[in-house]
Amino acid sequence: MSEVLVAGASLAGLTAAETLRREGFDGRVTVVDPSPGLPPDRPPLSKQVLSGEWEPEQAAQGVAARLDELDLDLRLGTAAVALDAATREVALSDGSRRAYDGIVIATGASPRELPGPRPAGVHVLRTMEDCLALRAELDAGPDRVVVIGAGFIGAEVAATCRGRGHAVTLVEAGPAPLGRVLPGAVGSFVTELHVDHGVDVRVGVGVAGLDAEGGRVRGVRLADGHEIPAELVVVGIGVAPVTGWLEGSGLVLDDGVVCDETCLAAAGIVAAGDVARWPNPRFGVTMRVEQWENAVEQGEHAARRLLAELGAPGGSEEPYAPLPWFWSDQYDRKIQMAGHPSASDEVELVEGSFAERRFVTLFRDGDRCTGVFGVNRPRHVMQARMQLAESLEWGPVRGLFG
Amino acid sequence: MKVVVNYDLCESNAVCMGIAPEVFEVRDDDYLYVLQEEPPEELRDKVEEAARRCPKQAITIED
Repeated sequence: MSEVLVAGASLAGLTAAETLRREGFDGRVTVVDPSPGLPPDRPPLSKQVLSGEWEPEQAAQGVAARLDELDLDLRLGTAAVALDAATREVALSDGSRRAYDGIVIATGASPRELPGPRPAGVHVLRTMEDCLALRAELDAGPDRVVVIGAGFIGAEVAATCRGRGHAVTLVEAGPAPLGRVLPGAVGSFVTELHVDHGVDVRVGVGVAGLDAEGGRVRGVRLADGHEIPAELVVVGIGVAPVTGWLEGSGLVLDDGVVCDETCLAAAGIVAAGDVARWPNPRFGVTMRVEQWENAVEQGEHAARRLLAELGAPGGSEEPYAPLPWFWSDQYDRKIQMAGHPSASDEVELVEGSFAERRFVTLFRDGDRCTGVFGVNRPRHVMQARMQLAESLEWGPVRGLFG
Repeated sequence: MKVVVNYDLCESNAVCMGIAPEVFEVRDDDYLYVLQEEPPEELRDKVEEAARRCPKQAITIED
């Protein structure tokens, strides 16, 4: 009987495990994860759980309720520590080492840190433990929170901290928040949204270092010479894919596990979620996507790809060609984007206005529509996304709007 | 098959509408409307996919 190892019990890994079962795979499925408990659903960690609106149990992964019927050998507190891609042998942190017929790599990513030791009062946010540690310090009522980095985590933490009544400074080295995924013209909207809500936004300036006293942070030094006093600092400067355990495995590593366009990393080995890099044929671009929906969709896809490797029913060797999509809730605004625009694309406002903080923009590169961005316009974003999924041709997408 | 939406969880991300527009519709008021509470069996795969892809896990299917 075939045996599959899934490395990682977050969204991509558990989705892959569930997909194997849904497609009828009846071999053994072992799932390992270094987390001592089942990892949470992550989006609420920067919002409902951090605000105190939700208790930790409410942020359980949806699959948690279905675990029993999946018949998994779930080993929490156990990490995969080494792999030999040629033999598909995996060493686990419990000292065991054995070969598997199929392997799903879904070890995710871990937060990047500032150089040097981390003083007390400086937090990152990735796990439930991170979230509760930060929440406990917020409960103590710090005068000012400095958030370093205005990606999804930083921008959402800033919004949640304002909602809790804390003074917030948001520092971003790039020209605008969410700059890694948003073309500049809409990034400046996100800056304005935070300024509207009383955040001291500093964009285009890096962090030179932290000042600490008695082992506890007391300020952030900026590259432009300013110093911001801070009782609490949240560092949200991105994540790095967890691939250290794959050094020397024979797999190609380059900011993630490099896969072919079907999510296959080597014979019998697939990767999914934050850790996977693959050429997306829809855009002709190699990408690694750190988004919730991609973890689900790629987890499903990688599982079917692995079933094809195993010669099992339900297998598929289709390329993985998703239209990336994300949402981010900040204050009372729902920000959504579908597609893969680049900074040089033209931006056309097709619905609403920036002033009313409710609008839709499309991104254009010649004859192609590369994406849609909306604020409090979920219906419009989804209609554009459905059309983009059919074709990136500009005309039909633009034609959806007046 | 009966479709049940937990409106305390639903955030109108509209993912369900993208997958099964016959059943789910987010309107201009930003709220989700279920167009068919008991959709026909041939829509089961789509409705199940919509439930799985819901970022808030707000959709359940009662058989």
